[in-house]
Amino acid sequence: MMSAGRAARRERLRAAAIQGLVLAAVAGVAAWFVDNTLGNLAQRGIASGFGFLDSTAGFAIVVHLIDYSELSTYGRAFLVGLINTLVVSAVGIVAATVIGVLVGVARLSDNWLVGRLATVYVETFRNLPLLLQIFFWYFAVLSAMPPPRQSHALLGMIFLNNRGLYLPKPLLTTELWLIAAALLAGIVAAALLRRRLRGSGSALAWLSLALGPAAVLAVLTEPIAGWSMPQLRAFSFDGGMVLIPEFVGLVLGLSFYTGAYIAENVRSGILAVDKGQREAAAALGLSRGQMLRLVILPQAMRVIVPPLTSHYLSLTKNSSLAAAIGYPELVSVFAGTVLSQTGQAVEVIAITMAVYLAISLAIAGAMSLYNRRVVHIGEGR
Amino acid sequence: MTLAAAWVRARLFSSPVNAVLTAACVAFLYWTVPPALDWLVFSADFAGESRADCTGGGACWVFVKARIGQFLYGFYPEGERWRVNLAFALLAAAGVALLWPGLRRKGTVALLLLLLFPPVAGILFHGGAGLPVVETAKWGGLFLTLVVAGVGIAASFPIGIALALGRQSRLPAIKALCVAFIELVRGVPLITVLFMASVMLPLFLPEGVTFDKLLRALAGIALFYAAYMAEVVRGGLQAIPRTQYEAAESLGCSYWQMMRLIVLPQALRHVIPGIVGIFIALFKDTTLVLIIGLFDLLGIVQAAVSDPQWIGYNVEGYVFAGLGFWLFCFGLSRFSQMLEHRLAFSRRQRTSTT
Repeated sequence: MMSAGRAARRERLRAAAIQGLVLAAVAGVAAWFVDNTLGNLAQRGIASGFGFLDSTAGFAIVVHLIDYSELSTYGRAFLVGLINTLVVSAVGIVAATVIGVLVGVARLSDNWLVGRLATVYVETFRNLPLLLQIFFWYFAVLSAMPPPRQSHALLGMIFLNNRGLYLPKPLLTTELWLIAAALLAGIVAAALLRRRLRGSGSALAWLSLALGPAAVLAVLTEPIAGWSMPQLRAFSFDGGMVLIPEFVGLVLGLSFYTGAYIAENVRSGILAVDKGQREAAAALGLSRGQMLRLVILPQAMRVIVPPLTSHYLSLTKNSSLAAAIGYPELVSVFAGTVLSQTGQAVEVIAITMAVYLAISLAIAGAMSLYNRRVVHIGEGR
Repeated sequence: MTLAAAWVRARLFSSPVNAVLTAACVAFLYWTVPPALDWLVFSADFAGESRADCTGGGACWVFVKARIGQFLYGFYPEGERWRVNLAFALLAAAGVALLWPGLRRKGTVALLLLLLFPPVAGILFHGGAGLPVVETAKWGGLFLTLVVAGVGIAASFPIGIALALGRQSRLPAIKALCVAFIELVRGVPLITVLFMASVMLPLFLPEGVTFDKLLRALAGIALFYAAYMAEVVRGGLQAIPRTQYEAAESLGCSYWQMMRLIVLPQALRHVIPGIVGIFIALFKDTTLVLIIGLFDLLGIVQAAVSDPQWIGYNVEGYVFAGLGFWLFCFGLSRFSQMLEHRLAFSRRQRTSTT
């Protein structure tokens, strides 16, 4: 008894000593870094702090969804970069999901040729560096597009040339966010009431609840007064809206690359569904499409969602590769231009990292909520 | 013959939808494959020295041929390139010896590789011991890519294991430090870590202390991937049943004995695909060093295609670089599958004999 007690005490002491030493070492190194940094900054005449966010930026940004000019502040420039990151990530996530689901299902097709082509796609795009793919799309494909006068045209409304992709632009009368808010509210309400709606058994009820508010608002306020079409003037296009080549190249690179990963993810999720489920569905006389939609995919979702989250997250983080082709997103604008203009390396890198960390935590949190529900539904039966 | 016909009917035309899909695929292949082959091979130019020799209308491989030395070695002086070749030949020989079925003394080879190869390669690459010094600023091309990938893999693996063990530790302070590091690193893009290594690290060090740009990038990549490695290894550790730990403790093993002899060998074997997956990701991400001004394979190709002498031949450059990366990554993934099969097989054999 005596010795056991002593051994336990010695063990506790040892644990405390190890932890104390490690913490002291970490704190010591950190203090040394801080001391050096302060000395270096003082020598270079850089005042630390976040005051620089209020000074005038003095540089232009090609793409800005909020008001921005050369007279705006560095803080405003940060916001522009952040919004551009979010936009390019959102578009990339949607495109990559569409590609991934299609290719993932195609890989399991009965059709030998379809399966083979899907495999070739996955093995090609997964094993090439993303940066190489972005360079390829941007420098080799999009830069080689014809000048505006010889644009590739689709239906006389969509034009692709070396200045970018020109699309028709809706002319809005109401604030767009009002419609978006109504849409979001509808979808959230429908999602919350899903269980109860399932009793009434109709997808129509669910859909009308999800889209209804936005549709009513749209009819009442007529938010789109018309469309502005891209029109060829002397040497360039007027009207419509333009997606610059940097944006298009980045989205193509991100979505084809991540799409290959999502395809594998979808495939393994579908394969994880027990063979008996498939046989039971076939015995019930369901068609292949019905089987996939009603039996296999709902169960496969449980396997698919957790890795899907990390693919979405890595796409968002990978959007920072835009710095290499000059699309003005967060890293390119803030950790690139702002950092080199102000020299506030510590503050700028810290803010940039904090933003990505926050996005990562937010997406991870949202997905784990969803995931808990998916698992719960599966086990509830 | 009828067998083939039956196969075609079953796998290509089993239903109207499938027939349409097959037709669409054939049309797609018809529109893409012949022109691609024509560009790559039949109309391509292979002989010559300058762009004047590219007249066939297809790919201008003359460009790649003219720049191949740079693509492989960067700006490494031509007279010293044998040193790079020698180091990689040594590595290849050791690799063959390790993988050769039935060869004895594999442990000795592995030990030599671990202890002797890094200093030898370091001296060969950088110079010293009688060899003229070649600064890292002159390293580039495929050589630099392999150095970054090799050092990154060799360093991130042990650091990752240490972080994973730390995260599972019973000591709360150690655990908290490891969790914080892992989650922080996994939440940010590699570019920001590289920016940090290139602009912030010099601020952290005392005035006048500088160290090599390549070394800073290597440190950034190794620490970044160590966090991902830690999560993979943790998955393996969690797959080991509690009873294995208890059995080790009851045998009187110390913590390190238990981990080294019992837990880690099993845990790592469980997660070989994950580990190789991280190696592949790291290999592809070596291209990011071009953003902080190092010339890896992609960086040097990008510089070459911007050369006014060879403007307009960027597809050739990207195809060449892409082929290089693809061969390594695809090879690695196949190697991991082979290893997995072999391990699964030996495990099955062992369980069937006992």
